[in-house]
Amino acid sequence: MSDLVRDEGGVLTAPHVLEYPYRRSVGPVLGRFFTALRDGRLVGVKTAKGRVLVPPAEYDPETGAAVSDAFVDVGPGGVVTTWSWVSRPRAKQPLDRPFAWALIRLDGADTAMLHAVDAGEPSRMKTGMRVVPRWRAERVGHIGDIECFQPEGE
Amino acid sequence: MADEAKPVTNIKTPMRLEYRYSAGVATSRFLRGIGQGKILGQRCPSCRKVYVPPRGSCPRCAVPTVEEVELSDEGTITTFAIVRVPSENIDVPLPFASVHVLLDGCDIPFFSVVQECPVDQIRIGMRVQAVWVPKEELTSTLQSIRYFKPTGEPDVPFEKLKEFL
Amino acid sequence: MREVAIVSFAQAPNARRELRNEVEILMPVVQEAVARSGIERPFDFTCSGSSDFLQGQPFAFVMALDAAGAWPPIPESHVEMDGAWALYEAWVKIQTGQAETALVYAFGKSSPGDLPEVLATQLDPYVLAPLWPDAVSLAALQARAYLEKSGHSERDLAEVAARSRRSAKSNPNATVSGDYEVEKLLATPHIADPLRVHDCAPVCDGAVAMVLVAGDRARKVCERPAWIRGIDHRIEPHSLGARDLTVSVSTRLAAEKAGVGRGAVDVAELHAPFTHQELILRDALGLGANVKVNPSGGALCANPMMAAGLARIGEAASRIWDGSARRAVAHATSGPCLQQNLVCVLEGA
Ligand SMILES: [Zn+2]
Repeated sequence: MSDLVRDEGGVLTAPHVLEYPYRRSVGPVLGRFFTALRDGRLVGVKTAKGRVLVPPAEYDPETGAAVSDAFVDVGPGGVVTTWSWVSRPRAKQPLDRPFAWALIRLDGADTAMLHAVDAGEPSRMKTGMRVVPRWRAERVGHIGDIECFQPEGE
Repeated sequence: MADEAKPVTNIKTPMRLEYRYSAGVATSRFLRGIGQGKILGQRCPSCRKVYVPPRGSCPRCAVPTVEEVELSDEGTITTFAIVRVPSENIDVPLPFASVHVLLDGCDIPFFSVVQECPVDQIRIGMRVQAVWVPKEELTSTLQSIRYFKPTGEPDVPFEKLKEFL
Repeated sequence: MREVAIVSFAQAPNARRELRNEVEILMPVVQEAVARSGIERPFDFTCSGSSDFLQGQPFAFVMALDAAGAWPPIPESHVEMDGAWALYEAWVKIQTGQAETALVYAFGKSSPGDLPEVLATQLDPYVLAPLWPDAVSLAALQARAYLEKSGHSERDLAEVAARSRRSAKSNPNATVSGDYEVEKLLATPHIADPLRVHDCAPVCDGAVAMVLVAGDRARKVCERPAWIRGIDHRIEPHSLGARDLTVSVSTRLAAEKAGVGRGAVDVAELHAPFTHQELILRDALGLGANVKVNPSGGALCANPMMAAGLARIGEAASRIWDGSARRAVAHATSGPCLQQNLVCVLEGA
């Protein structure tokens, strides 16, 4: 029997990997967001009612109406609206040491975006705290161009 | 420089998920049988059909199947295709015939490949027999059956096969 | 509106790890539900809910049809969601007059993979999924937002867990059950601050099945049919940062449309895989202190993915059948942080 196959009380089990090496087209709205990320900037889009969505979406989640074509610079800093603490990060997650997930409302935005905050320990996290992005030097136009956020002033 | 760069139109989003797959009770019995050079099917208690590989159920009657049936490793080709492109999981020279073999005593065909026969002579109704790896190389995987080869017996008439196509 | 009732319900033992294949898990459950229904196959309609990502086996839902018996070919449909939405589809099918009987089932085999990570694949694939936020961490974001806004404490969450596990002692299919002291629960470490192990549903493999029958035919086969007197489902935006996570607007709307407030509620089975979500749902449904919530132990004690919502409807129906409730509310959820919610009102007369 192959050493990958295990007999567990008569039932055979084996490792199984599912892989989807997708490349996705992003469309004109998210395209602006990813292009800005590559350039080290953060942008949102204005809805017809004037609210600023970050990350931008094609439609206003409140009304279903198409958004305007007005893109505005937001951030780079913002406010944590809620957070949770990861004491044992999984391999695919942004940081390999304990970190916080946070919803962050960037300055000038009306919605919050999710990202990791490198705060070292949970006692340094607080709802309402200010954070700023830590940019990667090599950027490609991907949410991971922001390595993570960090407490402002560090 | 950044401002002159082209807009981003697509992103890479690879996804990889790792699992520990379980073959289930019935299929595990089948696979362990293969590891001993035996082909084990299951018979439906209701319609009496025999399934291989068994999945523990009769899809027609929606009842569990428990009665185990040891099947012959000889059977009849019910359909075939000539394959001229390589496949990662089928290690035989090109071109080869992939076939459905109706094992004697069974009610659904079993997928395999045919060797030791020119591809232009493969036909529906042809009698074939499994060629196994040497006994000491048997494992609980379908790799233990290398391929099927012709037995030379007379063909089975189409009338007897038509309900299994 | 055509009268439709649930006349039978069955479920698998909700083991933490099943080595049986999905048909082997599902078959006895479907057989039990069919046998209890008093309805002979074939059913006019069959509908199921599951997600292939859980066990990493594409098109597993097609294989699972073996448990329903799809020969001669049957009218059948599948939703890549909790089976509660399959029940909704079956209910609509009966409303159209195209069916009088329906078999509804759901299954979820989560143990082969890392469930909280697998569930990241249901997120926005552009800005969320590439970060791989796990489902427990996302629920924890909601929990903190809720605790800070509502003034509830982690102790309140532990009390939900302790009560659920105590109730589950009478549920032979619960994954976890027993008497737990709140103090001891609070002494355990966070797994995703502010959530601890007891705040999160255990991972298990399971399946549920039930039979729906219309009108007088239901009265013929069932002594006290559990009539579906209202059912509705609503969805919220996918972007977590565009939602107010501390309330469940979609549940509130679905409850209004389903008519939850039109009469007294004896029992509510809420699909809350996290303790704080039960509190959010109680508010959204407007349930008073006299309503018995999750007598089965709820999803906190047995949470077969894609089947736990349908199981809530089955548990609520069981309270109608055994006479302990005249009017019961069942709720099912799908998606991260209570994104999508279904509310169903059952009555015994
Ligand atoms: Zn049968």
